[in-house]
Amino acid sequence: MRNALTIAGKELSSYFVQPVAYVVLTVFVLLAGWFFFALLKQFDEMVQVYSAMSSAQALEHLNLNARVIDPLLHNMSVVMVILVPAITMRAFAEEKRTGTYEFLLTAPIRTGEIVAGKFIAASVFILIMVALIWIFPIILMVFGDPEVGVMGAGYVALALLGVCFVAIGLFTSSLTQNQIIAAISCLGILLLLYVISWPLPSGGGILGDLLRYLSLPQHFGQMVSGVIDTSDLVYFCTMIFVALFLTQRSVESARWR
Amino acid sequence: MIEVKNLTKRYGDFVAVRDVSFKAEQGSILGFLGPNGAGKTTTMRIITGFMPATVGTVLVDGLDIFSESLEARRRIGYLPETPPLYSDMRVEAYLRFVGKLRGLRRSDVDDAVERVLKICGLSDMAHRICGQLSKGYRQRVGLAQAIIHNPPVLVLDEPTIGLDPRQIHEIRGLIHGLAGQHTIVLSTHILPEVSQICDRVVIINAGRVVLEESLSSLAAGKSLEDVFLEAISKEEGHEVAEAQETLEEVGAGHG
Repeated sequence: MRNALTIAGKELSSYFVQPVAYVVLTVFVLLAGWFFFALLKQFDEMVQVYSAMSSAQALEHLNLNARVIDPLLHNMSVVMVILVPAITMRAFAEEKRTGTYEFLLTAPIRTGEIVAGKFIAASVFILIMVALIWIFPIILMVFGDPEVGVMGAGYVALALLGVCFVAIGLFTSSLTQNQIIAAISCLGILLLLYVISWPLPSGGGILGDLLRYLSLPQHFGQMVSGVIDTSDLVYFCTMIFVALFLTQRSVESARWR
Repeated sequence: MIEVKNLTKRYGDFVAVRDVSFKAEQGSILGFLGPNGAGKTTTMRIITGFMPATVGTVLVDGLDIFSESLEARRRIGYLPETPPLYSDMRVEAYLRFVGKLRGLRRSDVDDAVERVLKICGLSDMAHRICGQLSKGYRQRVGLAQAIIHNPPVLVLDEPTIGLDPRQIHEIRGLIHGLAGQHTIVLSTHILPEVSQICDRVVIINAGRVVLEESLSSLAAGKSLEDVFLEAISKEEGHEVAEAQETLEEVGAGHG
């Protein structure tokens, strides 16, 4: 465990010495800001319209969470699909390229510790990303009266999603020396998980159920709307576990070839 | 000490290392000599546990590198062909990182780092970023990370390659100074290196050991270069003879 933390510490400092991390953070926060602004503006307009029409009922139904935070989180989850591979592509691919992979595998540390260390570092980075955009719920809380619990659940979901993406990204990075291949394969897998239920949005018997179960937005959407269901948590945790397991196997395989 | 027994490594049809056996005694320096592509790096990588052998065993301090991998690796300090530096880390931070991963306790890391910085002449470079170092200094940092945990066994793959004469002289001095306390296997294709610092020499060509001898028994009369060239051509002559034999057998079969 100690070795995993040593590696995690080094990885994390390494992130912040290189420009990639800062570019990713900036892009993420800027986009979030723009979406927030756009959504809030639309919300504001609806408030104006409904006020002008004096329909108290419609006004009551306007929910800050549903109209602003919910779509914001959904948009940011898609942004993450693109940004997370950029963070994780380096993880193993770079080590293979520079020769430090040989060092890691000949040091008296377990493969699991290497994978765990990189996973922890990337996950902490995701948490930082998500924490940075908590500024928007805070703004809402200052000027309005949103449901903090629901927003909190949504942000937890986004963080969990990010961590899941990280695990998949680490896996693709462990398969290749080439960072671009690592990034694009990760992107491919994540996009596939996004659209996997499109052929059968409803019905379709067992296959339909399976595809819908595998669908990322399905589980993410549930959590963002404020419902933290065990089945959704299980989905994410299983994904993370499977991806990390495969990563460990992939790294370990170097010792057996 | 290191014991290599009947090591063979195959990549599909290609045999990189063929039935290689040798032994490096406690505290001695063994020179692993051979032309480029002979299989030196492959052998080093198998000894240090980076890749498995197809056939054969490696014992490091009595531990099997494959079945008792973790324990065996604790006993080894390895400098690969390319020093494994993280180019965005500072030298001191890098050495601390390596020290921790090599099993040093938190309380010992500081002293160990200071010690190797001094031994390898890196005290002035402690705060430099690894990526900005010249080749000579990179090699020194590579050596430093190999010795930081004071391992009983050192495996050095071409430690002086690409260095200028003065640096070569310094690194050789460093390595020579480490003998006695450490068992060292160093691979090279620079002959003077072997004659200057090694106790034993193993010559490898095309994956096969063609000579294993202590340096003192070689010194009489012939220069190492002569011995080397002779051993290499003998091996090639051996191969030619083998090929001829095979052809004759095939010819006889058709006759």
